Amino acid sequence: MGVGIEVRGLNAWYGKNQSLNSIDMTVAANHVTAVIGPSGCGKSTYVRCLNRMHETIPEARAEGSVKVGEMDVYGSGSDPVEVRRRIGMVFQKPNPFPSMSIYDNVAAGLKLNGFRNRKQMNELVERSLKLAALWDEVKDSLHKKSGASLSGGQQQRLCIARALAVEPEVLLMDEPASALDPISTSKIEELIFQLKQHYTVVIVTHNMQQAARVAEFTAFFLMGSLIEYDKTEKIFTTPADKRTEDYITGRFG
Amino acid sequence: MPNLSAQSAPQQVGLVRRFTNAGATTFAVAAAILVLVPLLAIFAYLVIKGIGSVNWAFLTQTPKPPGEVGGGMANAIIGTGIILAVASVIGVPLGIGSGIYLAEYGRNRFGDLVRFTADVLNGVPSIVIGIAAYSLVVVPQKHFSAFSGGVALGIMMIPTVARATEEMLLMVPNVIREAAYGLGIPKWRTTLSISLRTASAGVITGCMLAFARVAGETAPLLFTAFGNQFWNLKLNQPTAALSLQVFTYAISPYDDWHKQAWAGALILIVLIVGAVAAVRITTSRGMLKGGS
Repeated sequence: MGVGIEVRGLNAWYGKNQSLNSIDMTVAANHVTAVIGPSGCGKSTYVRCLNRMHETIPEARAEGSVKVGEMDVYGSGSDPVEVRRRIGMVFQKPNPFPSMSIYDNVAAGLKLNGFRNRKQMNELVERSLKLAALWDEVKDSLHKKSGASLSGGQQQRLCIARALAVEPEVLLMDEPASALDPISTSKIEELIFQLKQHYTVVIVTHNMQQAARVAEFTAFFLMGSLIEYDKTEKIFTTPADKRTEDYITGRFG
Repeated sequence: MPNLSAQSAPQQVGLVRRFTNAGATTFAVAAAILVLVPLLAIFAYLVIKGIGSVNWAFLTQTPKPPGEVGGGMANAIIGTGIILAVASVIGVPLGIGSGIYLAEYGRNRFGDLVRFTADVLNGVPSIVIGIAAYSLVVVPQKHFSAFSGGVALGIMMIPTVARATEEMLLMVPNVIREAAYGLGIPKWRTTLSISLRTASAGVITGCMLAFARVAGETAPLLFTAFGNQFWNLKLNQPTAALSLQVFTYAISPYDDWHKQAWAGALILIVLIVGAVAAVRITTSRGMLKGGS
């Protein structure tokens, strides 16, 4: 089951440039929350702060409080590796491991963390590929084909399966469909809809229609600040802030 | 006819373009053939001069004293194998290790220093490396040995392997590393099981280049492995090597030894090509369809 996320006073920097200004935001468990905003508004930085991926970039740092379920992400005893194991991530560009088979790609998170039970691993791989709606397309070539041999849309679903296999509580998606064709995009969107039964999903998107289609809640970011955060319907029909309205009606961005 | 000029103009451009294209292609093909010529010529010459002296005795016997006909270079073939094994055991892990450091952690002053040192070491004449191994290993041990020869060649392998490993790791896209971090895989694990594995084809090529380069080295072995007319399988004893044997025989006054020198050179090249091909075949066996 998914867990909720509590963000309080989150600030992030790239070197001397502050890219997030004290964000407060509560994400509901087992729902899909979309993060929208123009390029460079900090939406990617924001989700990368939730699983401490932000700090893997040289000179980048973050401060503030993020609680995912019971876990204090930026607590003093918190281990970023453990945090990322519990908060899965899907990236903008499909990035399967090119030297690994389809099976090994999905099993990578388990294998490389010392998981050894063969039978259980087979089950987890199958379950994850089924959840990601890829099983039927690859079940005959699990060990024969490289993850890089799949089409772009299949690769992205493979990456989703790979993230699900480690059984995270939260799934972060950073523009997961922006590099895909319309058919692959609609498959991914359908998939996101299914996933919220088991996971809390936060999705960054450039595409406002996509946010409207998949998310119950939508957050609008502008220049590193959270401008408005509400039910998706409210954001897209009667936004409270003028800047949100300008953005969704296409006046800038 | 208004579109006559529109039709004829592209054709004229096409002629010039086709001519340029043919010229450039011819040049590229000619250059490629020219690169192959010296290699094939050397190999053909070696086969012509050497094949006559390659026989069962040559491959299984030790050298006969001057004046006696026959004998072979079996001890030198095995000796070269031993020395290269020692060199690879030293050069490959140290080279790959420092390559990993340079690519994954070496974006700092110390990394630049290591990089610069490796490039300089790459340019140090091999005889100087031999002297270094002589004073580091031979002098304290007070005798020549296969081990000291291996150390000399191993040191020569390190910079090539290190720089090749670094270059190959830097070519692994960062999104691949991010994918691994995102799965909660620790950095050391990501480097070894994801980045290095993705770069493995290039890293292996780098190792084979280094191996092939030192396999034929003679100068660093002159006062380390030293050479030996008899069988020796011990690491701490003077040992024969093909390159040394070829050198000794080639400058000797005996006709029979000259023939054997040609045969030795031929065997050396065949062994190097064989070793490189064997590694290529074994490592390509695990490759997947559509992988890179």
